[in-house]
Amino acid sequence: MSTATFAELLAQRQVVIVCGTGGVGKTTTSAATALAAAEAGRRAVVVTIDPAKRLADALGISELGNTPTVINGPWPGLLAALMLDTKSTFDEVVRRNASDDDQAERILSSRFYRNVSGTLSGTQDYMAIEKLAELYDSGDWDLVVVDTPPTRDALAFLEAPQMLSRLLDNPIYKLVTAGNRGVFGIANKAAQTVVRQLARVVGAHVVDEAVAFFQSFNGMEKGFKDRAEATLALMGDERTAFVLVASPRSDTLDEARYFLDRIRQANLDAAAVIVNRMLPSTGLSLTQAQLLHVSLAATDGAGVSRALLDLATASAADDDRVADLAEAAPHAVLATVPMLADDVHDVDGLRVIADLLTR
Amino acid sequence: MDPGRFFASSRVLIVAGKGGVGKTVSAATIASAASRSGRSVLLVEVAGRSASAPIFGVEPQGYEQVTAVDETEQDDPPRGRIVLQSITPDQALMEWLTTHGFKGIVTRMASSGILEVVATATPGIKDLLVLGRIKAFESEGSFDLIVVDAPAAGHALGFLRSPAGVRDAARTGTIHRQAVEVLDLISDPTRCQVVLVTIPEETPVNELIETSFAIEDEMGVRLGPVVVNSVLPTLAGLDADLVSLDVSDAERNALQTAVTFRAGRAALQDEQLTRLGAELPLDQFRLPQLFSTTIGPDELAVLTEALLAEIEALPEVES
Repeated sequence: MSTATFAELLAQRQVVIVCGTGGVGKTTTSAATALAAAEAGRRAVVVTIDPAKRLADALGISELGNTPTVINGPWPGLLAALMLDTKSTFDEVVRRNASDDDQAERILSSRFYRNVSGTLSGTQDYMAIEKLAELYDSGDWDLVVVDTPPTRDALAFLEAPQMLSRLLDNPIYKLVTAGNRGVFGIANKAAQTVVRQLARVVGAHVVDEAVAFFQSFNGMEKGFKDRAEATLALMGDERTAFVLVASPRSDTLDEARYFLDRIRQANLDAAAVIVNRMLPSTGLSLTQAQLLHVSLAATDGAGVSRALLDLATASAADDDRVADLAEAAPHAVLATVPMLADDVHDVDGLRVIADLLTR
Repeated sequence: MDPGRFFASSRVLIVAGKGGVGKTVSAATIASAASRSGRSVLLVEVAGRSASAPIFGVEPQGYEQVTAVDETEQDDPPRGRIVLQSITPDQALMEWLTTHGFKGIVTRMASSGILEVVATATPGIKDLLVLGRIKAFESEGSFDLIVVDAPAAGHALGFLRSPAGVRDAARTGTIHRQAVEVLDLISDPTRCQVVLVTIPEETPVNELIETSFAIEDEMGVRLGPVVVNSVLPTLAGLDADLVSLDVSDAERNALQTAVTFRAGRAALQDEQLTRLGAELPLDQFRLPQLFSTTIGPDELAVLTEALLAEIEALPEVES
């Protein structure tokens, strides 16, 4: 494990991307990370994806919003949060890249666009990164923390900025935009065959809409591509820290290991690993707990020693798995957070976590 | 209720829940309990990774079917079998195109990027085709029961919404017909039910309640009982007087830590289970928390017994 601390990491980086599977406290950890930075005097903003309702209410961000809401509190820095609105972020991206209002409206009103912006897998990742880039570029923030959508595949998130430019790189796009008279006006014979076959699968009007959609993007490719490249550069250098959140359960730790492997395939590494929900230590070894359970088995202490053995067994297993994960991420800062009595619903709860992360 | 009768109530059980609640283990436990009741079960994984093979102690085999359990020779009482099948969305799309008259151009479609366009043009098509594959297993009738380990988290909703989405997006064409057929399957409670999985904690219970209303009200899909995983077994004697025990101070402290922790978790859990019961009028199958490191065949056997006992505790329903 790295000898650096999580607090040092927050002081050095400008972007923190919080990754992990669902159900491990990723959103809470993201918010607590931004709060920890605010407590250290930085101007921090957190982009949340789908916060639990009570936490969102407590932060004043229960409505989807595309501008950060400042959360007041007794910290020297600045803390703000927003709940990502995928659809309107996508609309902004289109408007910003369109050559004029007409082109923007043509795209925004197409049903194919609404499909793409609403349901295409990866759209949420893409827009989270767009929002990240926008907040970073604004210069208003020292640290941008991004909570990522729950996904198994870290690379899906890393590839997200290229989603649109890759779609526009599609050979079909090139074929259909070569002509401009809809599906059956496509000049190229081979393309026509493929597109006609496609129409048999999904129906001609779907293909028509797709073609019109692609044609409406004419001239916007470069803007998307440049943005994707700039964002990838930001995520790929020392300005950005990837923070992996896990719980000590074996299945989520397996996912964490898988995530580490994948992120390394992109020549990146996790700067920190945060393990939430650690069980309390009993102060006894597992063997001692087992012996005690045997010696108390026939006494009034049978129940309590069973409780001890259960806890010691589970806690020892947690410790082993966390040690394995630490070994797999030798360059990362490791921070553990104990299992808390209740879910975090308010800023005070976040402060407890922020303190545990930076202690 | 007699477990055999319970498992005969519909041919397809879709097991869904957010990540980290033990959905895969629950699906395996349901399959195992059905097999114990004499059913022949196909356990389908759609996440693209054979996570259930180790639970049965077998090697994952990619996309081939693997027999995980076969006790069909035993007939007093009759036992069944479990076959594992993994389906990925990409594979389902390729397969569907191959069997629907596009055999010659599937490779060309893949390499030209047209598949990406097909998928973009019709959101949900891949999920739909995974469900289409499951429907095909159902119509073939080689298995009494098909248990589906559905995608995690919010993806479960997207997964179940996909047929209606595709039906409306592609108003004609072969894919439209496929969407209608799959809708017929998932909206017919005698053929398909959704089993939601959660753990007795606040956020997972909230999400389960939200998801269940979305599934029943918006999609018209029938919900079966809810599986609540990781329920701490009740422990007698937690109120013992620690001072009177003949133990060292360190041991007494450890016992105190364990008792406080256990009692605290148990209280939180009871609160959530009560709330779940009050807000969601569905039967609950409670599976015990196991304190073991990994879930293998031994742990599965414990969970299977627990599930069978929960099913037997259900009242008989007149049909």
